[in-house]
Amino acid sequence: MVKFTEKERSTIRAIWEKVNIDEVGPDALARVLIVYPWTERYFGTFGDIFTASAVLNNAKVVAHGKVVLKALDEAVKNMDNIKKTYAYLSRLHYEVFHVDPDNFRLLADCITIAIACKVKSALDPQVQATWKKFLSAVVDAMNSQYY
Amino acid sequence: MTHLSAKDKDIVKGFWAKMSGKAEDIGTDALSRMLAVYPQTKTYFSHWKDLSPSSAPVKKHGKTVMSGVADAVSKIDDLSGGLLTLSELHAFTLRVDPANFKILAHNLIVVMAIMFPADFTPEVHVAMDKFLGALARALSEKYR
Repeated sequence: MVKFTEKERSTIRAIWEKVNIDEVGPDALARVLIVYPWTERYFGTFGDIFTASAVLNNAKVVAHGKVVLKALDEAVKNMDNIKKTYAYLSRLHYEVFHVDPDNFRLLADCITIAIACKVKSALDPQVQATWKKFLSAVVDAMNSQYY
Repeated sequence: MTHLSAKDKDIVKGFWAKMSGKAEDIGTDALSRMLAVYPQTKTYFSHWKDLSPSSAPVKKHGKTVMSGVADAVSKIDDLSGGLLTLSELHAFTLRVDPANFKILAHNLIVVMAIMFPADFTPEVHVAMDKFLGALARALSEKYR
């Protein structure tokens, strides 16, 4: 199980406080679809997501981006228990959506990049390291029910 | 995997023109982040006295790395041919596990996002990601 020090917890919360879920969520998801286009396979019901401009103008991408980041809020609130908190989501992505778990890592990277655009130098190297530790725990939890 | 389209190349060259004035800062910051966030990369720099963010060896090496990137931008139409010497260096002398090129690329992208938030749109992001991937492949070509 991942253990976070007090300092790491406050670093993660401080960054999270700066994140506007309604902006960063859609930006991160749009980047995933544009930079890693094979991820389009998981969003068959979203309509046109086959060009950058289609992705950036797609209301379902915006809506789903917000859903994804709201879920990350649960992880921030339950840092000591991310695996348990995400067990259901992991099972869902495996059994129902059939998502290749490597994509969770890609999404995590895009979330970091979307946050970097917003908070800029507040994401200094030490903060980035702590944030990555948190996202790695989240990605691990999302992998946990794949067997 | 990656073919750089004419559009990709134009985007990379255009964004590089914006970035190049800050190349050294970008290199320093990206390397600092790589060492801090992915500690396994420190294993390649055990000969440095100071691995902390923006230390003297990190700054110096950031500059070296970015002049390599600048060279790659100028040779974007033929990365394997153009980067032959660097490729041999990384393969036979430095022997860097090529997985680390992805790590450095990610950190370069994080720095681009921080320094040029308005310009680093998803379209620029994908073009740079493809370019850095192609660059990494050119550097790994001589490995085996």
